[in-house]
Amino acid sequence: MAGISGWGCYIPRYRITTREIARVWGDDPLRIRDLYLIEEKTVESYDEDATTMAVEAARRAIARSAIDPEDLDAILVGTESKPYAVKPIASILIDAVGARYNIQAVDSEFACKAASDMMILALMSVINGRYRNVLVVATDASQGEPGEHLDYSASAGSAAFVISRDNTCVEVEDFYSYCSDTPDFWRRECCPYPAHGEGFTGEPAYFRHIVSAARGLMEKMGLRPDDFDYVVLHQPNARFPVRAASMLGFPIDKVKPGLVVDRIGNTYNASALLGLVNVLDQARPGSRILLVTYGSGAGSNAMSMIVKDSVEERRGRAERLQDMLETKIYVDYSLYSRFRKLIKMLQ
Amino acid sequence: MPAYTVPVPRYWRRIGTYYRLEASRCRNCGRVYYPPRMRCVCGCKDMEKIRLLGGKFQLIDFTVLHSVSEDFEKQKPIFVGIVEESSTNVRIITQIVDVADVSDLEKSREVEPVFRVVKRDGNVGIICYGTKFRPKIVG
Repeated sequence: MAGISGWGCYIPRYRITTREIARVWGDDPLRIRDLYLIEEKTVESYDEDATTMAVEAARRAIARSAIDPEDLDAILVGTESKPYAVKPIASILIDAVGARYNIQAVDSEFACKAASDMMILALMSVINGRYRNVLVVATDASQGEPGEHLDYSASAGSAAFVISRDNTCVEVEDFYSYCSDTPDFWRRECCPYPAHGEGFTGEPAYFRHIVSAARGLMEKMGLRPDDFDYVVLHQPNARFPVRAASMLGFPIDKVKPGLVVDRIGNTYNASALLGLVNVLDQARPGSRILLVTYGSGAGSNAMSMIVKDSVEERRGRAERLQDMLETKIYVDYSLYSRFRKLIKMLQ
Repeated sequence: MPAYTVPVPRYWRRIGTYYRLEASRCRNCGRVYYPPRMRCVCGCKDMEKIRLLGGKFQLIDFTVLHSVSEDFEKQKPIFVGIVEESSTNVRIITQIVDVADVSDLEKSREVEPVFRVVKRDGNVGIICYGTKFRPKIVG
């Protein structure tokens, strides 16, 4: 079966700590840290957006795959923070990575899950033989209302994968989706910040969809948690994925390598996929990975993957997420406000 | 119609130069030009397109600007440097970003290209993207 031939990621170098945000808004930093288990999050620079990060992650994924960008047959993007309301990121990617012009390119939206839907569509298109290589990019530089819950977690980052028929280093064994009309988080047209249903985001939304998709896939494949070496779940904070993994019967050791939200915050479409990148940066050949993404509104995609021997030779072809995590510049809330354009001029 | 300041066709024609650092090399004498030229100083018009993006780059020199044009007012102070591509010796004047401290640029001269927003044309015009440089992670 088809799978991943290259993976890449990008996170901005700037960081703000949970403690600093709590200081500005008068919250107890220990309580906030205990609530989300997030130490710090990435902050996009003034000249970064979902497009610039998508380009950087895509170039790394193509470098790992070692394909000629002209061999891409489609570029599919999942995002909920497009810089333009009308004009795709995917078309900018064509010129930025040097792909051909006679390819399919499109942006898609389903809160934090669109990119994983694009992965599934890419897999199906390479399996049926229509395409050989498809670039899938998850990218977001999402905003939270200043001082509100999301201000502590909404961050910026991108993950990219080349989905191929041949030359793969990770085989995707099977996938399973679970979706329903569950309004846990939304943003209306022209609203600068999303709204969410507070406690409603948990049980009927995140946990129900993640657990149903994961159980559905395992039942379909006849597998149990013991059969997996890693589990990577959507991570809006660090509490949710740890609890969902526990509900599914996975020990914490299998969750930790794919948990990066505590150091980068919630990167929305890239959230679980950056966790997957971190696992691919270290997993031994033969390992089996359970990936479950989640998007509000609401739905989950579960995928089972097997890491192949060729993963090791590809690691050194681009920067690892760990290198990016260690290279950081802290900003205070004033600079954060400037970078995120939170300061509005009256004229 | 709102007033735009960026001439869209001109930006569009230069996308290869801005995004992929496309340069031109003279097939006669080997001189490389960035931005690309149609004709070499040797008189030859037989120019081939090459891409500098995958190359190695060194920071030759830099300065810090506190007084900047309107497009960069929200980013000041900005670092502007001369960057040299090692295989062609092409030098590019460019913005250096992600600089925590001036001493970072003194310690290591290795820089890498990054895709960034160069200009946002007001609230309604296009967003111009291009290549800037930043200190490379040396690990």
